[in-house]
Amino acid sequence: MPRAVTTRRKAVMTVIAWTVGLLIFFPILWTVLTSFKTEADAIAIPPRFLNFDWTLENYVTVQERSDYFRHFWNSVVISVGSTLIGLAIAIPAAWAMAFVPGKRTKDVLMWMLSTKMLPPVGVLVPIYLLFRDTGLLDTRIGLVIVLTLINLPIIVWMLYTYFREIPGEILEAARMDGAGLRSEILYVLTPMAVPGIASTMLLNIILAWNEAFWTLNLTAAKAAPLTAFIASYSSPEGLFYAKLSAASTMAIAPILILGWFSQKQLVRGLTFGAVK
Amino acid sequence: MSTKASRTAARLMISPAVLLLLAWMIVPLSMTLYFSLLRYNLLMPGMESWAGFENYRYFFTDPAFSAALFNTLALVGGVLVITVIGGILVALLLDQPFWGQGIVRLLVLAPFFVMPTVSALVWKNMFMNPVNGVFAWLARVFGLQPYDFLTQAPLASIIGIVAWQWLPFAALILLTALQSLDSEQMEAAEMDGASPLKRFWFITLPHLSRAITVVILIQTIFLLSIFAEILVTTNGGPGTASTNLTFLVYMQSLLQFDVGLGSAGGVVAIILANIVAIFLMRMIGKNLDA
Repeated sequence: MPRAVTTRRKAVMTVIAWTVGLLIFFPILWTVLTSFKTEADAIAIPPRFLNFDWTLENYVTVQERSDYFRHFWNSVVISVGSTLIGLAIAIPAAWAMAFVPGKRTKDVLMWMLSTKMLPPVGVLVPIYLLFRDTGLLDTRIGLVIVLTLINLPIIVWMLYTYFREIPGEILEAARMDGAGLRSEILYVLTPMAVPGIASTMLLNIILAWNEAFWTLNLTAAKAAPLTAFIASYSSPEGLFYAKLSAASTMAIAPILILGWFSQKQLVRGLTFGAVK
Repeated sequence: MSTKASRTAARLMISPAVLLLLAWMIVPLSMTLYFSLLRYNLLMPGMESWAGFENYRYFFTDPAFSAALFNTLALVGGVLVITVIGGILVALLLDQPFWGQGIVRLLVLAPFFVMPTVSALVWKNMFMNPVNGVFAWLARVFGLQPYDFLTQAPLASIIGIVAWQWLPFAALILLTALQSLDSEQMEAAEMDGASPLKRFWFITLPHLSRAITVVILIQTIFLLSIFAEILVTTNGGPGTASTNLTFLVYMQSLLQFDVGLGSAGGVVAIILANIVAIFLMRMIGKNLDA
């Protein structure tokens, strides 16, 4: 009879786990559902779960009234731009630290990590004034610069943990076979490094997309990405739950899907390789 | 492989990253330090003058400071307790065999990808609103008085919102650690008649200690600087009931334009972060080396 018990246990576990999972996910589900309601249905009592007239009107309104796509595009430019520049700076650094480790490599890595401990508010005033004086306030370039710098330590660390796992012997083998430095990098190392670089890129885009200290403080109308755009709903007028939900759904959907695809690499990336 | 030439090349490859980070640290930091010693308000340009430690004296004696300090620590502590304990429970649950594991994992993970302004506004309006929120409706269903979360318990409400965002992070990392647990050891303990609770306490928990350490360390870095959630829900209020150090400095420098005072606050925030970092590193240093 042990098998029957296991199956029953599994069934019970299934119910509990799904309940917990759906409870945690519920606020997101509720937001998505509400985005398809009319404003009246959105505040109906008792709340309407699926029994309402589905409408796309909110999405149209959000786009027309507040130019959602401009903010969406700002988010794309800022998160992808800062990630690509960060990678360009970090790949050589991580590469050198992983393959030509010196006595102080560990110290440099720890120091880089320690710069993440610097609370952003400690440098808010000077950055704000520097940006004001150089005309970088409320520009995408300005935010790309800041986000590149604050995420650089994470990029270097992630890449380092990936590169370190590429065995050095494979290089020697390639050299024995008469490969030059160029073909070594091109045909041996690059293919092995690409997965690590890809997951670093993905995670960093997610982090930059959701960054909400600098994006809120350094932008106004022009360069505001979605984080700042959504914040404008904090002082509402009239009924706005359905519109807030539509704007929220559009702001989180792309990154949620990206995040779900990258969940396998997420843990090691977020813990700097300390947990795999 | 470490010839002299490759060493030099390596140094060249590392230096852009190091120099940029060095500049990013030193330039604004020294500016903050310098401003903190000035009487400097953006509303009165050209009136900057030396103030010595006056800004610090003012900052420390401001009742808002002690409130903000307390709120900062309560916010970090509260969220850590909820996410670590909740994260362990969720991880243990997800580690059990059940149907649809992959999908439930995705559901649990989802809140982590929601940007702070969205999650804060959704919770504030659609759940915690005392008139139209889901919680108010639930309260009425059970015959209770709806509770105005963000007015009556602003800090606790924000702790709840932030904990929801970080629970997936803790759960995912602890789950990953859990899956590397040696099952033979578990089976041996089971055969020796150890109860599930004992097995958890003496085998699972020690195995998780490293992952818990990492969770606490990384979350603390982010939680000390919570800002957006406060800005869009309570704006630090009522009064200073939900103002943390980050928000206090933001108000002083960008709303009251007091650059000197805000900079002094910034320096204090940096010192606090460093104290917490050293404290944490020391407390858990052994754990990370293992």
